[in-house]
Amino acid sequence: MINFDDVSKIFGEGDHRTAAVEDLTIEIPTGKITVFVGPSGCGKTTSLRMINRMIEPTSGTVLIDGVDTRSIDAPKLRRGIGYVIQNAGLFPHRTVLDNIATVPVLDGQSRKAARAVAAELLERVGLPESMGSRYPAQLSGGQQQRVGVARALAADPPVMLMDEPFSAVDPVVRAQLQDEFTRLQAELGKTIVFVTHDIDEAVKIGDRIAVFAVGGRLAQYATPAEVLSHPADDFVADFVGHDRGYRALSFTVAGNLPVRDEPTLLLGSTADPSLVPPDAQPSDPYWVLVVDDARQPRGWVDARRITAGRPLGLGDLVLGGSLVGPQSSLRTALDAALSSPSGRGVAIDADGRVIGTVEARDVLDAIETARVAQGLLDAADQRPVSGAPAGDAEQAAAAVPS
Amino acid sequence: MTGAWTWLTTGANWSGSGGVPARLLEHLWYTFLALAIALVIALPIGAAIGHTGRLTGLVSGLANALRALPTLGLLILLALWGLGTFKGDIALLGPAIAVLAILAIPPILSNTYAGIAAVDPATRDAAKGMGMTGREVLTKVELPVALPLIMSGIRSAFLQVVATATIAAVVSLGGFGRYVIDGNSQQNYSMMVAGAILVAVLAILGDRILALIGHFVISPGLTGRKVRARATTSDLVVAIEQEGGSAVLEPANRAGGDR
Amino acid sequence: MNWNWLNRNTDQILSWLLAHLWLAALPTLLGLLLALPLGALAFRYRWSYATLITLAGLLYTIPSLALFVVLPGILGTRILNPINVVVALTLYTVALLVRVVADALDSVPPLVRQSATAMGYRPIRSLITVQLPLAIPVIGAGLRVAAVSNVSLVSVAALLGVPQLGQLFLVGFQLNFYTPIVAGIVLCLLVAAIFDTIILVAVRIATPWTRAVSHR
Repeated sequence: MINFDDVSKIFGEGDHRTAAVEDLTIEIPTGKITVFVGPSGCGKTTSLRMINRMIEPTSGTVLIDGVDTRSIDAPKLRRGIGYVIQNAGLFPHRTVLDNIATVPVLDGQSRKAARAVAAELLERVGLPESMGSRYPAQLSGGQQQRVGVARALAADPPVMLMDEPFSAVDPVVRAQLQDEFTRLQAELGKTIVFVTHDIDEAVKIGDRIAVFAVGGRLAQYATPAEVLSHPADDFVADFVGHDRGYRALSFTVAGNLPVRDEPTLLLGSTADPSLVPPDAQPSDPYWVLVVDDARQPRGWVDARRITAGRPLGLGDLVLGGSLVGPQSSLRTALDAALSSPSGRGVAIDADGRVIGTVEARDVLDAIETARVAQGLLDAADQRPVSGAPAGDAEQAAAAVPS
Repeated sequence: MTGAWTWLTTGANWSGSGGVPARLLEHLWYTFLALAIALVIALPIGAAIGHTGRLTGLVSGLANALRALPTLGLLILLALWGLGTFKGDIALLGPAIAVLAILAIPPILSNTYAGIAAVDPATRDAAKGMGMTGREVLTKVELPVALPLIMSGIRSAFLQVVATATIAAVVSLGGFGRYVIDGNSQQNYSMMVAGAILVAVLAILGDRILALIGHFVISPGLTGRKVRARATTSDLVVAIEQEGGSAVLEPANRAGGDR
Repeated sequence: MNWNWLNRNTDQILSWLLAHLWLAALPTLLGLLLALPLGALAFRYRWSYATLITLAGLLYTIPSLALFVVLPGILGTRILNPINVVVALTLYTVALLVRVVADALDSVPPLVRQSATAMGYRPIRSLITVQLPLAIPVIGAGLRVAAVSNVSLVSVAALLGVPQLGQLFLVGFQLNFYTPIVAGIVLCLLVAAIFDTIILVAVRIATPWTRAVSHR
């Protein structure tokens, strides 16, 4: 656990006094990812760097597991904290393996042992073993970033600080890195403080989000769902941006949505337009779901356009969008319905097999039910609007059957 | 020219205290001494300046100014002073070595501080953030990464010293320059040319050897580095003013900056 | 400092100064003129870059005195002929500036080059009217280094009897007398400073766009 106790960082004096961080008091839980997010100049990076004393606070105390960071020799403190920065900052004169092995060697481990650990970590961050003998200049941005993470993990520190680690790569690579990082954290359970200016990234990977406003003020500290659904003030609402209502839906599990039966056609079978019922609207396409042998959904076909006698091929299909699985959120369910050509979202079981379809109006009903349930909970708890984390109220509401 | 060849193939010229091996050793000794002194002075100062980032303007200006000093004048000036102050060999040797060392300092100083200042700030930040002390950051990260430029500076300094040591023969120093100076006063053009050739060969061979050493000492991860970034105009201007007259014109540093 | 001695020998000193001036300035200019096309070639044709630069490097490695001694044999001149100095220093200047010119041209943003081509500039015209002007600051920096070095190198030739400021040093050495030596050093520094300033000013005049930006 990391504690900021009334910490401030002031630069300059008198008229030129600027507060990068102002009276920050926050408790960062052990084993979770806490994201510091905010616009430029909000003090998020400064706050992060006060944890490992790359910047010294002007006033206040930073405690790690109850120990004042100032009581430990700075380099020693830092060896026990993983540090990942934008652009990785890899040592260009050392091989990838030696880069990863840096801290263990600094701590006195033998180079051989450290390299063995490094090799394992290389694999862990998803890089091939052959990369160990290469030099940073030969790696792409995404690869360098992975090495940076491996390097921070080498001494198995309980705490990791990450300063915009994924900002310098393109969006596709960034999404991959975020996903893999989340997976890694699930295995490792470290206490992580992650800085980003991207609210979407914060919402995606954070267990808790601390939203900072310009001038070093902590505007809100809550779970991502809470920040999206109950922003503490105008600044947070504005920073979170548009579509927050829609985005907040991704935090509620869809739970028990009514799933309607859906007739299907088998891929590769022959069919003809006669299966269009006579009472269907002549101007509308008549969509039929097509599945494969394993009952996995492959797409939709307009029955009016089927060529009689010819086996259905992939080329005849129009693909749908999201699929609604047992753990899917309301957001995914709504998107499944909206992105399907038929307006019916495909529902699948845990093995990916089609169990039926879901309609948009059902999802909207579920959304309304969740909203009402949450309102009741809010009133019962008389919950404060900002500061403290919202807790797990969202999950409780979602469990209510629709 | 053929006279020089004759001179070089005359056995007598290869033996005795005035022979080629003896002169070679003298020349090498002066070079080594001057370089050692210059390194001891310039490396720490260059590292300190590059590390802290202060005084760069002052140092740059001084380095440039030193390049303008006429080496012959400086040699003779200090030699006279030496003769007036000391007795014996040291009277001329001391000042001469001092001049050689002084002239060797600017390229080493310039390149050391440029090399260290050029270390990516992210790399420095990462090193510090991982728990390295200031000294560890300097020795384990900054110096190794700056090594290509530092070696380049040492090579420049080497050439500067070899050239000036040749001239120092006028103040009675030994070395290959003796052949040129003595040859001039004896009107022995063959000897002069032979001396000139010997000096040129020494310079070229020495430079190549230093380059080879550099190749082994510098991390392979660094040699490709300069290929990626395209220098901006101001980078180049600064680089030229620092490496200034750097004799180390190496294509390896720049194999095509296009990405 | 013996001012009397200086007064008495003013004529001699002035004639040496004049000789020094043109012995240093001429090779610098000639070297630049030769280095410009060579550097442009090295820049344009990548395969030639390595060879040219290696040759240049080799040349620059040769100590000045050695070159001053060997050239008369090759050129067929007498050893104290100032022409040797001019040729030798021109060679040095070219050796230094070829790389500078190539690198300077390389530092011109590729987008500028490309838009010139897209607008219809032929390669030579683009080189002379678009790229070279933009490369001037870097070339100027190299030229300053060359000019200042040349001033110092010229004095070395005094050892071979070439008349210029370097003779002051030899005179002082023979007479065991500081005045001419100090005078020589001061005058050399002065000449170097003047050349440096002239080039600096010339670069500034030739690049009005850099001035416009800095006065924001």
